[in-house]
This record gives sequence, structure tokens and C-alpha cells, in this order.
Amino acid sequence: MNASDNAVSRCWSCHGPVNRGAAFCPTCSAIQPPHACDPFRTLGLAPGFDIDSADLEQRYFARQRELHPDRFAANSPREREYASRHTANLNDAFAMLRTPVKRAEALLAAAGHATGTGETDTVADEELLVEAMEMREGLAEARSRSAVDAVVAAQEAKTDACIAALSRAFAAEDRAAAARLVLRLTYLQKFATEARERRGRLTAA
Amino acid sequence: MSGLLQIHEPGRTPLPHQREDMAVGIDLGTTNSLVAFAEDGQAEVVRDSRGRALVPSVVAYLERGVVVGEEARRELLDEAERVVVSVKRLMGRGYEDVQRVAGQLPYEVEIPADGDGGMVRLRVAGRTLSPVEVSAEILRAIKARAEAALGHAVSRAVITVPAHFDDAARNATKDAARLAGLETLRLVNEPTAAALAYGLDEAAEGLYAVYDLGGGTFDVSVLRLRMGVFQVLATGGDPLLGGDDFDRLVAEHFLRQRAGVPGDAALTSNEAKMALISARLAKECLTDQDSGSWTIDVGGRPSRHDLDRATLEALIEPLVARTLDITRDVLADAGVTPAEIAGLVLVGGSTRVPMVRRRVAEVFGREPLDDIDPEEVVARGAALQAEALTRGSQALLLDVTPLSLGIETMGGLCEKVMPRNTPVPAARAQEFTTYQDGQSAMMIHVVQGERELVAENRSLARFELAGIPPMAAGAARIRVTFAVDADGLLTVSADEATTGVRQQVAVKPSYGLSEDETAAMLRASMEHAAADMDARLLREARVDGERMIQAVTAALRVDGDLLDGAEREAIAGVVEALRRTLAGDDRGSIQDAVETCNAGTEEFASRRMDRGIRAALKGHSVAEVAESLSGEN
Ligand SMILES: Nc1ncnc2c1ncn2[C@@H]1O[C@H](COP(=O)(O)OP(=O)(O)OP(=O)(O)O)[C@@H](O)[C@H]1O
Ligand SMILES: [Mg+2]
Repeated sequence: MNASDNAVSRCWSCHGPVNRGAAFCPTCSAIQPPHACDPFRTLGLAPGFDIDSADLEQRYFARQRELHPDRFAANSPREREYASRHTANLNDAFAMLRTPVKRAEALLAAAGHATGTGETDTVADEELLVEAMEMREGLAEARSRSAVDAVVAAQEAKTDACIAALSRAFAAEDRAAAARLVLRLTYLQKFATEARERRGRLTAA
Repeated sequence: MSGLLQIHEPGRTPLPHQREDMAVGIDLGTTNSLVAFAEDGQAEVVRDSRGRALVPSVVAYLERGVVVGEEARRELLDEAERVVVSVKRLMGRGYEDVQRVAGQLPYEVEIPADGDGGMVRLRVAGRTLSPVEVSAEILRAIKARAEAALGHAVSRAVITVPAHFDDAARNATKDAARLAGLETLRLVNEPTAAALAYGLDEAAEGLYAVYDLGGGTFDVSVLRLRMGVFQVLATGGDPLLGGDDFDRLVAEHFLRQRAGVPGDAALTSNEAKMALISARLAKECLTDQDSGSWTIDVGGRPSRHDLDRATLEALIEPLVARTLDITRDVLADAGVTPAEIAGLVLVGGSTRVPMVRRRVAEVFGREPLDDIDPEEVVARGAALQAEALTRGSQALLLDVTPLSLGIETMGGLCEKVMPRNTPVPAARAQEFTTYQDGQSAMMIHVVQGERELVAENRSLARFELAGIPPMAAGAARIRVTFAVDADGLLTVSADEATTGVRQQVAVKPSYGLSEDETAAMLRASMEHAAADMDARLLREARVDGERMIQAVTAALRVDGDLLDGAEREAIAGVVEALRRTLAGDDRGSIQDAVETCNAGTEEFASRRMDRGIRAALKGHSVAEVAESLSGEN
């Protein structure tokens, strides 16, 4: 086996050469079976934390248009199956890249750096613990929709700042700092969900 | 940008534009079913000579044969015991499910024998029928209606299902279509189909909520419409909540008023049917009038009952409140506030109830869109999708899983493999290991639902992973992949990581029909089964043959210089032979010609691979090489 055997595979339809990882045969245009690849590549992006979400979404939709099994309704079961697998990968990649937390985790994992957001990890960061507790209390005390809105606005400002800090940490290749910020962002977002639920209950009442 | 001017898009075989093969959209409802077709993005509902689009989803098994629709509904008055209504509620359901609502169902049900597939059976007019067979009768009638209107055979359809239908109910629907001689192009979720009907007509953009309360089921979905993409953000519902339940509450109210009428102690399923008929009539009348009076006649003992709208509203209030709770949860799941919704679409006959409209409008703080008839909108959307799938379209439906997928772990707990609202198609792999030395098999139990205990979720399937190579406990690494396709259907595959042994997993559905059963039903009940099957295989062979011609032609264009004149002629010969078989109807000779074509191009293919690999070694991508060469030709 040499490098070129790995780089080129055989099109199942016209039996000609196809670059490994290409979704379509360059000769006969037949859809090819998907290969595992990182979420950035799946969406045609260079790995990095800073992503324009409108651009990401446009890429996602454009690829869906090419690869969704509904586009292959008139083709063979085999092609529909490949399309289905491509789209499943695409959905996964999009889910991973669209949220800053998961995107950061993917980058850290690719760099071999563990993150502390698993459920069993204990939080060592004192500062973060105190902050989380204060936010919870603030939310528990909010008894009207406008009070919840005020708490949410404060949390959103913090989230934005945290994402900006995360971007700087990745730019400086400071992975330890990035890992800490990912944890903080996870907390902020969990809190946002709780706030939304609380607001929903107040609306209902 | 020349890239925009493609003749046809990559990988897709354009279909010949022929009306004779038009695919239809079918809304297979609990109460009513209907069929529509679409041409050039315009959907049209098929109507009978009197202009009626709705076919009651009622089947009567009479002495003179099986009748469906209005005619069957009339039999409810004379021979209720021969009539089946609301069979959709039993699709993919087990005996235990039905027992949960026992005493409320106007059916005689039968406990399935062991190994018989867990789906409940109905006893009607001396026959034992599965819900799939009854649904197939409705689909047959619908198919015939479409064929009469279009003037040609109809063999393919997009069929809608409640978004909240689980895997078993979806499979059951596909089985019913197969029995009726229909190929299911796609199962589309009812609220998504409704959004499609609205979105295409109005070129809408933004967030839409679809609230669908029909006869038997409730669904609510939040979608984002953008550049022709219909992206479902979240969906929720209750597969056992609908107008039928309103009817049941009203019937119970009437029967309470009758308390004391002697001889009423135990209602038969027929008498329950009679009470439900009056209840439904009363409910529907109270949409337009404030009060009224109705009769129920049970066992020749008639009684009169007054009902006003306020009382009706008090009776159904808990159910309406439940739909609103689900609606708020779905909005939260979608991460959307009611104020952000640009359009509220009401679907289903039960949204005609004034209180339902009022309360839903309150939640969203806006009036619903009602340009399209709420009873027809789903079928229209299905027809548009049928056209999109067969003729091509820029619209794209991106749907999600309605329920979380999980597996049973120690202690009867459920471990989630795929959360609800995951975009489909989706695949998740999960690793398992053995807990005993030398263990060669393990059982895996897949469930659907949101609860923590397996017992509180719906069992989907069990399967055994066998043939695990003997290893120490915990050493085997078995990767099980759960894949959910665009129809929302689950498939499972497994491989052992250390040995690379791959397994096709035979999944035994908890509430399905076995392959044998389906085959037997096909044989027993469908005279055209063989012909339909042949037609389908022929179509598949054609698709394959056309693909082959396209592939070889493209290869000749790009790499033709690798052949000498005689070789090129030989290949042209086998391609021409294949082309000739495609003009005929003989599947065997098409397949033979494809094989000959394959063999005849083998040497050509290996020269092309050599060239590709040499190019790759020089650092050129295959695409570049192909492009430069096709430029020369
Ligand atoms: N004017 C009305 N007022 C109140 N309810 C009505 C009215 N018209 C129809 N309904 C109710 O609507 C229900 C049927 O609606 P629809 O035809 O949309 O259901 P379906 O599509 O058959 O059911 P599903 O979508 O749940 O499978 C019945 O329960 C019927 O009683
Ligand atoms: Mg309906």
C-alpha cells in the first residue's frame, strides 16, 4: 500500500478513480460512500473557532441540497443509502460547529486537550462556582417576566464576553484557558435554558 | 460562473417527464383520508362527482364485500359490528396500549398469539384483521379514486403520518401501502406537509408554527422557512389525542345523564359506537350554534340530551390545555418565543372548535393563517413533495426525530442514544462490551420515549448480537450503529472492533408484523401483488441500466484516449446493446446487458484507475485531471 492507494478510490458506478473523501465521482457524477472526516472538512471549512454563523448555515443548506436522500428518490437504493449516510454526517457536523461550546470542544479534542464538561467532572474553578450560584439565586428571585428578562440580558452579555474571550484564547493557542472558558460557557448556557423555562412558566401563569 | 450552468445536478438521474407515472400525495387520516396531486408546484385535491374531497376512513366488512368511505359510514347505523372506524389509532400498537384505553374503543380486539408480531388484532364480522389490513383497504379505495381522476395507474405515493408516530406505526403505514399496491416514496410528517403547502404558495420566510389537531392525533411543529428550505426545529405531540377524545368525553357525559336507564349496565362495543356518533354530531354542531339537543339510542332505549357550548368547552378543557402545554414545550425545545413566530398554521378538523382556535391564538398572540382548508392542507403538501421527489424541486424538507431513542441498561434504565428533535437522517454509534468471560451473545433492547425507566417508554425492538468471538469480560468492543432515515425509520447494524466482524442485525419489532405475515397477507389479499412487484423490479433494473450508460459515456468522454479504435468500438457495442434492452420490458435481458457492459469495460476501468493513481502521485487531484482531459476532448 502506498499513499496514492489511500488517496484514490474506485467509483462504484463507472469504476474510475475518485479522490478519497469526494462526495461525487468527477467522471460520472455518481454519489460515493462517505468517509469519516472532521466536522470542519465536512462543511468545507478550515478548522478554527471563529465561524460566521450565516456562512456556516449557508454551507449546510447548500450541502443538504446536494446530498439529501430526497434528491435521490429516482435513483437506486444504494445511492439513497449513501445519500442518507452523507446527510447524517452533515447533520452531525453542523450540530457540532453551530454551537460555540461544541465547536471549542471539537477543536480541543483534535488538539488532544481534554475538556472538563463531562457530567462526572467536578468543578475546580471556585470563581465559576460562586458566579453560577449567584446567577441561580438571581433567577429564583425573579418573579415576573420582566425580571427574568433582566436576568437573561445580564447573562447574554456575559455569554458574548465569554465567546470573545474564547476566540482570543484559541488565537493565542492557549488551550488551558480555552478549556476553562468552555466550562464557563457551558454553565452560562445551562443557565439560559433554565431562565427560558422559568419565563415560559411565568407566561403560562 | 460556469458552475451554475450544469446540465443536471451531480449524481441524479433526471426522470422522464411523463404524466402516466404521476405520484400522488395521500393524507391517511384517523377520520378522513384524501389524495392530491401536483403539477408545476400547484397542488390539486381529488374530488368525487359531488365535489367531496374527504373519504371517511371507515371500512365495512359486509356480506356483499368490503366497502370504504361514505358508504361504509352509513353502515354504522345498521350493522355497526361490521364497521371499523379510527383504525389509525391502532397502527403499530400492542394489546397493552389498547388496554390502556379499554372501554373507550369501539372495537373488539384480540390478544395476539405469541410470536405473531405484537400488533393488536380486530375481530370484525367473523374475521380477525390487523390494523394494517384495514388501512390497506382505505389506501386501495384512495388509490382507485386517484386513478379514476388521473386516468392512469397510480403506483407511488407520498404518505403523511403524525409527526409523533413512532417507528412501529410508521412501519405499519408503509406495510399498509405495500398491501394496497403502493410504493411509499416517502413518509412525511403531517405538520411538515402542511408547512410545505403554505410555504410554497406564499414564498414564506421566517418561523412558522403548525398546530395540527385532527380526529385521532395531535402534533405541533416549529419550522424555519428559508430559501426554499423547510427546517423543522422541534416537534411534539400526542398520538392519542384528537377529536375522537372530545367525542368520547361528550359520549360519557351523555351516558352519565342516562344513568338510571335500566339495562344500560354493560355497554357493548356497538352501543359505544352509537353513543360516539351522537356525541360527534353534537360537538360539530356546537361549532356553529350555541346549544342543541341530541338523541342516543342504545339497545332500543332512546334518550334525549341537551348540550350547550359552554358545557362542551368545560368537558374538553383539560384536553385543550394539554395541547397548549405541549405547544409551549415545543416552543421551548425550538428555542423560540411565541412573539418570534411569523405565522401560525392550524391544521385538522378539530381546530374548527371555537375554543381551540381562541386558546391557540392566545398562546401565540396572533390570529392563525386560514387561506388553505385545514382538512386539505396536509394532502396538498404531500402532493407537492411527491412532485418534488419525482420531478425535482428546489424545496427541501429537513425534519427531525419526534422521540428520543434509547437502549435498556442495567436495572431497567433507559440510556439515550439519540435525543428527540435530532435532524434526520441521523446515525449514532454506541459501544457495548461483554460482562462475562467468553460471552458470545448479548441482547439489546431499543426503546423510544423520554422517560427514564424502560418500562415507561415504548419498546421498539429487541435483537441479539451473536457470534461475539470468545474474549475476557470487557475485552470485546461491539459498536452498534443506530440509523434513522428520512422517513423516521430505524435500522441497526453492529460490528466487533477488535476482530472487525460485521453483523447484519435482525431486529424483531415489538409491535410490527413479521416478514412472513406480511408476505402471507400480500399473497392472500392482493391479486395484483405479483404484477406490482414485477413492475417495481423492472423500474429498478431500468434505473440501473440508465445509470450504467451514463457512467460509461462519461468515462469515455474523460478517458477515451486510453482506448484504441477497436476497443472503443467494442464498448460502444455493449452500451448500444444495453440501450436496446432498455427500450423493451424484459428485466432479465436488461440485467444481462448491464452485466455484459460491466465485463466489457473492466480493462478500461483498470487503465483509468492506473492513470488516476499516477496523477495522485504527482500531486494532482483526480478532479483536476478529469477536468483538463475533458477540456481537450
Ligand atoms: N365543524 C367542526 N367542529 C368541530 N369538530 C369538527 C368539525 N369538523 C370536523 N371536526 C372534527 O375533526 C376531526 C377530523 O378532522 P381531520 O379530518 O382533520 O382528522 P384526520 O386527519 O382524519 O385525523 P388525524 O390527522 O388525527 O389522523 C373529527 O374529530 C371531527 O369530529
Ligand atoms: Mg389529519
